[in-house]
Amino acid sequence: MTARAASLAVVLAVALALAACDREVRKLSHEPTPELQTTVGDRQGDLQPGAPGPGLKETVSTRSFDPGNAWEMAQGQRLYDWYNCAGCHGRGGGGGMGPALSDDRWFYGSEPDQIFRTIMEGRPNGMPSFKGRIPEDQAWQIVAFVRSMSGLGATNAAPSRSDSLGGLNRPENERPTSHPYVKPPEKP
Amino acid sequence: MNALQDVLHPAGVQAGHIAHLWWFTVALCAVVFVAILAGLSYALWRAPRADARSAPDMASMDRPESGAKRAVVTAVALSILGLLALLGASVATDRALATLPLENAVHIEVVGHQWWWQFNYDDPIPARVFSTANEMHIPVGRPVVITLQAGDVIHSFWVPNLHGKKDLIPGRITTIQLRADQAGTYRGQCAEFCGLQHAFMAFTVVAEDDAAFQRWADAQRKPAPEPTDAKARRGHDLFMSGTCMMCHPISGTTANARKAPDLTHIASRPTLAAGTLPNDPQGLAAWIRDPQKLKPGAQMPAHHVPDDELDALVAYLETLR
Amino acid sequence: MTFDAQLNSDAPFNFDPGRNQQPEDKRDGPPWGSPQALELERTWREPPGLVGWLSAVNHKSVGKRFIITAFCVFLAAGLLAAAMRLQLARPDNHLLGPDLYNQIFTLHGTAMMFLFAVPVMQAMAVYLLPLMLGTRSTAFPRMTAYAYWMYLFGALMIFAAFFLRAGPDAGWFEYVPLSGPEYTPGHRSDYWAQLISFTEVSGLLVSVDVVTTVFKLRAPGMTLARMPLFAWAMLVTAFMIIFAMPAVMTASTMLLFDRTFSFHFFNPSDGGDALLWQHLFWFFGHPEVYFIFIPALGFMSSIIATFARRPIYGHPAMVLSLIATAFFSFGLWVHHMFATSVPELGKAFFTAMSMMIAIPSAVQIFCWIVTLATGRLNIRAPLLFVLGFFFILTLGGLTGLILGSVPLDLQVHDTYFVVAHLHYVLIGGAVFPLFGAFYYWFPKITGRMLDETLGRWNFWLFFIGFNVTFYPMHHLGLRGMPRRVYTYPADMGWNTLNLVSSIGAAIIAVSVLLFIVNVLKSRRAGAPAGDNPWGAPTLEWATTSPPAWCNFAAIPVVSSREPLWQGARDATSPGHVAGLATDVREGLVTTVVDALPDHRYVYPSPSIWPFIAALATTFWFIGSFYMPTAMAWGMIPVIIALTFWFWPAQDETRKHLLLEKRA
Repeated sequence: MTARAASLAVVLAVALALAACDREVRKLSHEPTPELQTTVGDRQGDLQPGAPGPGLKETVSTRSFDPGNAWEMAQGQRLYDWYNCAGCHGRGGGGGMGPALSDDRWFYGSEPDQIFRTIMEGRPNGMPSFKGRIPEDQAWQIVAFVRSMSGLGATNAAPSRSDSLGGLNRPENERPTSHPYVKPPEKP
Repeated sequence: MNALQDVLHPAGVQAGHIAHLWWFTVALCAVVFVAILAGLSYALWRAPRADARSAPDMASMDRPESGAKRAVVTAVALSILGLLALLGASVATDRALATLPLENAVHIEVVGHQWWWQFNYDDPIPARVFSTANEMHIPVGRPVVITLQAGDVIHSFWVPNLHGKKDLIPGRITTIQLRADQAGTYRGQCAEFCGLQHAFMAFTVVAEDDAAFQRWADAQRKPAPEPTDAKARRGHDLFMSGTCMMCHPISGTTANARKAPDLTHIASRPTLAAGTLPNDPQGLAAWIRDPQKLKPGAQMPAHHVPDDELDALVAYLETLR
Repeated sequence: MTFDAQLNSDAPFNFDPGRNQQPEDKRDGPPWGSPQALELERTWREPPGLVGWLSAVNHKSVGKRFIITAFCVFLAAGLLAAAMRLQLARPDNHLLGPDLYNQIFTLHGTAMMFLFAVPVMQAMAVYLLPLMLGTRSTAFPRMTAYAYWMYLFGALMIFAAFFLRAGPDAGWFEYVPLSGPEYTPGHRSDYWAQLISFTEVSGLLVSVDVVTTVFKLRAPGMTLARMPLFAWAMLVTAFMIIFAMPAVMTASTMLLFDRTFSFHFFNPSDGGDALLWQHLFWFFGHPEVYFIFIPALGFMSSIIATFARRPIYGHPAMVLSLIATAFFSFGLWVHHMFATSVPELGKAFFTAMSMMIAIPSAVQIFCWIVTLATGRLNIRAPLLFVLGFFFILTLGGLTGLILGSVPLDLQVHDTYFVVAHLHYVLIGGAVFPLFGAFYYWFPKITGRMLDETLGRWNFWLFFIGFNVTFYPMHHLGLRGMPRRVYTYPADMGWNTLNLVSSIGAAIIAVSVLLFIVNVLKSRRAGAPAGDNPWGAPTLEWATTSPPAWCNFAAIPVVSSREPLWQGARDATSPGHVAGLATDVREGLVTTVVDALPDHRYVYPSPSIWPFIAALATTFWFIGSFYMPTAMAWGMIPVIIALTFWFWPAQDETRKHLLLEKRA
């Protein structure tokens, strides 16, 4: 009888959590899958981060991509900060110099493919082309995060707020410390 | 035995104080442990045997057991004395740790990242400030004041041969003072669980005499040399026009992002990826191609680049001494 | 036994007592075998069928389920530990990746602390306390049943999450910001945070139940001074849980709010504080060690008295030590945080407290040794486990002093030294006495003795395996091996010690397997136990083994701390009070200090609603992080279930009115 009740409860728990199954996988190592290569077109603008040049030739592109995966989205969240997307689009996608990403207006489409192209090819009036600057794997992760900011994709797997200190390491309410020279603590 | 990362092989005054306290405490605890086991053995030897049908001995309900009382009170009193001794020794050591003389100190700012260490050497003259990763040099006999900050989650700075640990807490600035008294190479490691690659977040500490330290610091302050041969030149161009410079800084070049370890003098460091693998051309090539195989979860992505480009990149990085 | 035969011949079982042949006098008092005792037995029996099984509220049914479930969790979490030891047996091992390893060690710690160690102690209390205190039920039987279901569903949830690859992976302490929304994406930490809610609901409810039972339901004459030490230990533990658990429940709920609703409790860049989590967690976390340890001290005192054939020396000192330990344990939490930026003066205070808490434990150890030295020893398996306690716990306690000293802690904190220490304290201090308790009370629970030879093998393998596993970890810690690493380089000098440790783990596994074999074998084929196989002094041994549904045919009257031994000495067997109703579940409530009869109380009858309410609460808890709005509307089914649960039933009210008239 214990077994029956236990199996009943297991079935319930499974039913509740099954949907979450693939969202939680953390695929750390990716085998390249050339057949899934997304064609990146020509650069749409002449803006590019850093000096122009040949760039590394990635022999293969990308892998099967799960836009609803929590881990990929969280990586995208980190990279959104690392590659300074926030510099134009605002932290949390609120917009600034560039258009907001957390609303439902999309100049160049909100489908993952379209956002991916926007990142890689660049767009007129300011969006640089990151082709050759951001590995395509990571660009897909950014796509997942960007979509989550406006509630697209699996909202259930999307991160809520960010924990990062924005590269500052120091919050505004921290006691001031002299920098770069650190005063030695006074001897007791 | 490898004593690179060992509490009981102190190489600095702080770790030395702690080791003294350690041996005192262990000796006292050993005496207590033996005494309690001796008491228990005596009890087991002394007491007659019985079985479940034996009548219980209810005599203790009627008359006081003065012998037992004396034994327990004495034992408790001795325990209290022992504990006071431990407390006194502990507080005295604590004071000794806090009163390290700090004249002529070297100031280093440590930032912990998932999963590597950034060391910024402070200097009153901003141009002399420099930054390195996963490797810390300190002069023997001079105090070092280390300011600790976390870039993401909580880490803990720990070089057992030199001192105990201190946490790096996001939003707080903590400090630790230490001094190496013996020249040598020591290993430090993150001691607070910080995620997937907590196991490989180590760094090397090189304690050397002041002159050697100054030579090292001067070399670190220099910008990266211009590549001379064609292959390294090509590697440089690939680095600057590709994905590498989006995260890694190399001073003296256009690479100035600050998200990943500073590579200005990477070839002079003993290990790659915070103690994950030795720093040689093969290791470097393997690391660039697929870091996730060597250190799953590390924040550097795989680069499936043609062999000739990889060779060129490695050749360039090997020039960064 | 004729009584059993009569009970069993009374088929088919009819849940409505009115239809059976009824005794004229519906008051208890007559001995086993009388019509009154039979009717009492029918009244306290669980209803039949699956619905009846789900409606069970008798403290023995609930307690037994609780113990078995907790033991299953122990086995599951032990298997996780075996997986870790397999991974660490050699350097640079890639058997388990970091992602899986982190989930495994997190679940091992979480399950052992929250789902095994605390619940199993409470389960023992639920089963044993009413028997030991001479009453027929715990104070709030339906609430206890609800607490059990919550515990079960919480345990199933967290293991299901693990098998669905969403097991929490930020450690059982879940430090922020690692467990926060950015660094633990998905719902892994949410499962952990809600597991805390499950276990807290369960733990707090059982604690309230224990406190009320101990204070108000003791047999007449069992003054506080005559109460067994086990009951004292559980009383103290229950109070500790009531004061400590809200801290972690607050913290886990704050974490859930941070993660689900973007609150900023722990976000330093917006004025939150990462250290706040550690304070809240360890304010609970350190006392938690003691609410695992203190019930074990209760087992120790019960077992030592019985097997040394004399009362425990220094009863008042023992009680005061328990209370002192409980008080001091709330002043220790910062010694988990010496490496953070806590002010130096504060650290000195916590060092002093950490040393001071050794004193009450030392007092108890000395009193036990004196008891053993002046008693006559019946050396059987339960006593062996107790003797193992002395060796292991003393060593663990002494390394605890090392961890309490700030300078030493700075070196060994978060290394394998701590892993060694905590296992010495928790396994030596709690699991060994618990196994002793299993051997001691198994005859009472099942009516059959566990096999003594297997028991000795079980003990010696466990004792040796334990030391082989955990002793080397002290040295690993001193040689610089940090905790929670999924693998380590080969050239660190850690290889041999780790291998030895893994071999020890295998020995422990064999030992636990022997225990399971022993239980399965003895449950059917063990020697019949009789009422009091060990010649023990406390009231649970005055009734049948296994205990009748109503525990006692008549509520005993107590005139001594060792009622069964006192009886043997002055030949006046414990008397009893008579006159409680036999046709409803009626109990006697006594006064807090002197246990004078106070009033009569009718316990609630079996009900399916605690089970349904637990299901509804489970839905609310899990739903709240998948559908944040469910945090609000998920409450509605819970309220409905509770309403039905408490809705007064007409026939019960009628019965109570009749009862009043009869009295």
